[in-house]
Amino acid sequence: MSYLELIKLASPEAVVVITALVVLAVGLTSRRTGIICSGIAVLGLAGAIGAVLMLPRNANLFGGMLVITPLTSLFKIICLALAFFTICLVRSEKSLRHPGEYLAIILLATVGLMLLVGSEELLMIFIGLELLGLSLYVMAAFDRNDARSAEAGLKYFLFGSTTSAFTLFGISLIYGMSGSTGLAAISDKLAAAPVQPLLATGIVMTLIGFAFKIAAAPFHLWAPDAYQGAPVPSAAFIASASKVASFVVLGKIVLVGFAPVQGSAAWHAMVAGWSPILAALAALSILVGNLVALAQSNVRRLLAYSAVAHAGYTLIGLVAGDREGFSAALFYVTIYAITLVGAFGVVAMVRRETGGDDVSNFRGLACRSPLLAGCMTIFMLSLAGIPPLAGFFGKFYLFSAVLRAGANQGLLWLVIVALLGSFISLYYYLIVLKAIFVDETPLPTARHLDGLSSDLLPRATVAVLAAAVLLLGVAPDILAARILAAVP
Amino acid sequence: MIAWTIYLTFAGAVVLLVFPGVVARWIALVTAIAGLVLGIVAFVRTPVADLAHFMTIVSVPWVPQLGMNYHLAVDGVSLTMILVTGISAVSTVLFSWDVDHRQREFFFWLLLVVGGCYGVFLSADLFLLFAFYELVIVPKYFLIAIFGSTNKEYGAMKLTLYSFFGGMFVFAGILVAYATAGSLDLNQLVQFHFSPQLQSWAFPVLFLGFAVLAGIWPLHTWAPTGHVAAPTAGSMLLAGIVMKLGAYAGLRVAMNLFPEGFHAWSKWIAVLAVIGIVYAAAVALRQHDLKFVIGYSSVSHMGFVLLGLATANALGVSGAVLQMFSHGVIAALLFAVAGRMLYRRTHTRELDALSEMNLSHALPFAAFAFVIACAASMGIPGLSGFAAEITILIGVWKTYPIAVWITGAGMVLVAAFTLRALVKSFFGEVRMQTGRVSTDADWNEQSITLAEKCGACLLMFATLAVGLYPKFLLDRIMPAVEAMRFLK
Repeated sequence: MSYLELIKLASPEAVVVITALVVLAVGLTSRRTGIICSGIAVLGLAGAIGAVLMLPRNANLFGGMLVITPLTSLFKIICLALAFFTICLVRSEKSLRHPGEYLAIILLATVGLMLLVGSEELLMIFIGLELLGLSLYVMAAFDRNDARSAEAGLKYFLFGSTTSAFTLFGISLIYGMSGSTGLAAISDKLAAAPVQPLLATGIVMTLIGFAFKIAAAPFHLWAPDAYQGAPVPSAAFIASASKVASFVVLGKIVLVGFAPVQGSAAWHAMVAGWSPILAALAALSILVGNLVALAQSNVRRLLAYSAVAHAGYTLIGLVAGDREGFSAALFYVTIYAITLVGAFGVVAMVRRETGGDDVSNFRGLACRSPLLAGCMTIFMLSLAGIPPLAGFFGKFYLFSAVLRAGANQGLLWLVIVALLGSFISLYYYLIVLKAIFVDETPLPTARHLDGLSSDLLPRATVAVLAAAVLLLGVAPDILAARILAAVP
Repeated sequence: MIAWTIYLTFAGAVVLLVFPGVVARWIALVTAIAGLVLGIVAFVRTPVADLAHFMTIVSVPWVPQLGMNYHLAVDGVSLTMILVTGISAVSTVLFSWDVDHRQREFFFWLLLVVGGCYGVFLSADLFLLFAFYELVIVPKYFLIAIFGSTNKEYGAMKLTLYSFFGGMFVFAGILVAYATAGSLDLNQLVQFHFSPQLQSWAFPVLFLGFAVLAGIWPLHTWAPTGHVAAPTAGSMLLAGIVMKLGAYAGLRVAMNLFPEGFHAWSKWIAVLAVIGIVYAAAVALRQHDLKFVIGYSSVSHMGFVLLGLATANALGVSGAVLQMFSHGVIAALLFAVAGRMLYRRTHTRELDALSEMNLSHALPFAAFAFVIACAASMGIPGLSGFAAEITILIGVWKTYPIAVWITGAGMVLVAAFTLRALVKSFFGEVRMQTGRVSTDADWNEQSITLAEKCGACLLMFATLAVGLYPKFLLDRIMPAVEAMRFLK
């Protein structure tokens, strides 16, 4: 193993790190460098995507520390693309000072995502999680003029660091019992001997760490405040890219590392293992997320609770525990991430215009800006699972994969919970759309800070994302076939 | 060629967003007429023998890994429904001619509903059918919530949630069928033998899910509220075609896929249908709002459709399809007169107030149209209602003789409330010669417009033509029904 080869295989990460450093340096030179920094960051991300495309199909370094498969390459590209769209949205947040530092931190978080996606070794996964987590804490607290942003950052940090400790402890137990941190080696060890209680504790603690990352109930309490208080691009990044990468790595851990202790979540034939744990988390997330979202009047909080519910939907794909369920879950979380970046983009612009992001701030948006209203409609209805948008196909794909996985339709109960959840969810998405379309007069108290027409780039970004959601609903094969082919 | 009804309608919806608002209605009219003409041409030119089975017209792979195809097919039943969709669409656009508030949006949502209906009637793939079916829900919400009248937001939300609630059951039933048979193609699924145990619970789930949209008692309460809240065009579409989606899909999917389950449950469907007929008619007798009367009459008439389906013999089911056509035309006409011709001019729908206005002299054309509609609704020979209901009752006589007696009593109630509404609205005793009518400033300018006359004439022609020569439709419906495999 020569260093040259290592650099070649880690070139996408290297490109992003170098870009981050350059952006940081340029940002330090003068105050008004936002546009230059964004340009450099975007170029760097494009370069990284190019570098991913140049990688060999398969490679494995240091016992799984750096793995390259079609799956990791695909999701590195998806994470880079999501970071790209987030950076496009940064332009809508004019109040942010120090854009250089902010962009550099987004890029470092992206490196964390890529390490997470591209590793099959617990220690490396933990390093990726920490790099990602620390960057996200800073991003959440970045708006120092806003007390809510500080609150978001602090809450996210306190919860996050505690669960990091949990995860690390879990990993150390697993290492102690199995003598290895590589997922494949752990799997061999688990298959060879009956599971010790200590090892089971380690597995559960690791899963809890990830349940926090994906905001599954009951580990979701940080999400509403982080989504509501953080600067909008940070919230978009936390909700989208971070979630996608977490699901990829969670899927790899349970399906590769813990494969021998899957157990079964079928209704009448529950067998202990990670699958009933995830099933319980999924059902709880779907119910808690959707029911609490009904009571929200702030769009960002509403999106946070709906994020909890969507984490639940995605988890049931992992509960299925087979190739099809995993790829359905990955498809679902990817389109969910695309939708959410777009929705946060609309929220950012409405917030700039009216000074707030309550549902009442959206009143009359259809008359003020038909483009944003149309895009928000697409995002909300896709989340609710209305055809012909991507969310509808995603749900169908996910639920049918789950139903086919369990023998004798044993997982039907999870599908029923999920269907019930998506029925409830339509109500609160419609409440947002009602404000946009039906209530014609905007709130008299809303301050009109500046027009909606001024920011071209964020509007174009939102429109592109809405078009993508529509396209992936009409022709889901573009993405679904790629994911299915890449999942081993 | 008939597939172009779908493409043209959706294309029309997109095109009218691009053009200025004043030409929107023309684009909508041209689109609707094109759909109707395509339907008529296909109806006349397709050989009757070809309509006996579900003949594929388009089949393109869509998502091959999941077995989804873009598969459209047509037989006598679906062609009949295409025809009534075309007629309703044209008359609806004509009766919306003077919409002046947010015209583009109005016709956009309207055409989406129409296009979705065309799609459901032509789909031969379960996923495609469900996608079109769910697609109709949200445009209805906007149509009612933005443009409606009495209690519009409540009515719209109730209707949407009921539809989605039914859709949830449909989703579950479809997933179970798909997971068991491994196919989504309707022509393949009807060949597959589902186990009797599965059929016995999957059938009611699927059928009830669809029947919510058809207004089955006791899940009908959305219908009167929704009809009253909706703008005239919305009521016409709802009663004219959207309620038929439920009945049609119940026939095409639930009954064809699960024939044994259907036979086990058919008598319970008949019971619910008969209760619906009698109950809704009795409630209609006590209403003071003309639109509520018509709303409940829709529930009562849809009861006939469900009763016809429950007979499980060729005559009864064919009668049900004929009744779907007939009621689609009659309900559209009733709502057009009540909502557009009367309400726009008198600003009231209270029967007591209307009875003092001497409207048969003031609005002779409206009175004429309403008399025809009421006669058809009561089942006067020579109009379509008679032909359809007598066919159903003959079919019912073969299976459930007792139901005929109860239904007969229900028909007396139907006649009673229809006559009551007719007399009160147009032929009331004139106590105030100088009533509100003559003092209304707009009154003289608003005689019946040409567009309204055209729309009413189209609907009256349809009900008369089918009433005089039902064989024209039945010749095409009967063979298609006889080819279905659930017949006893």
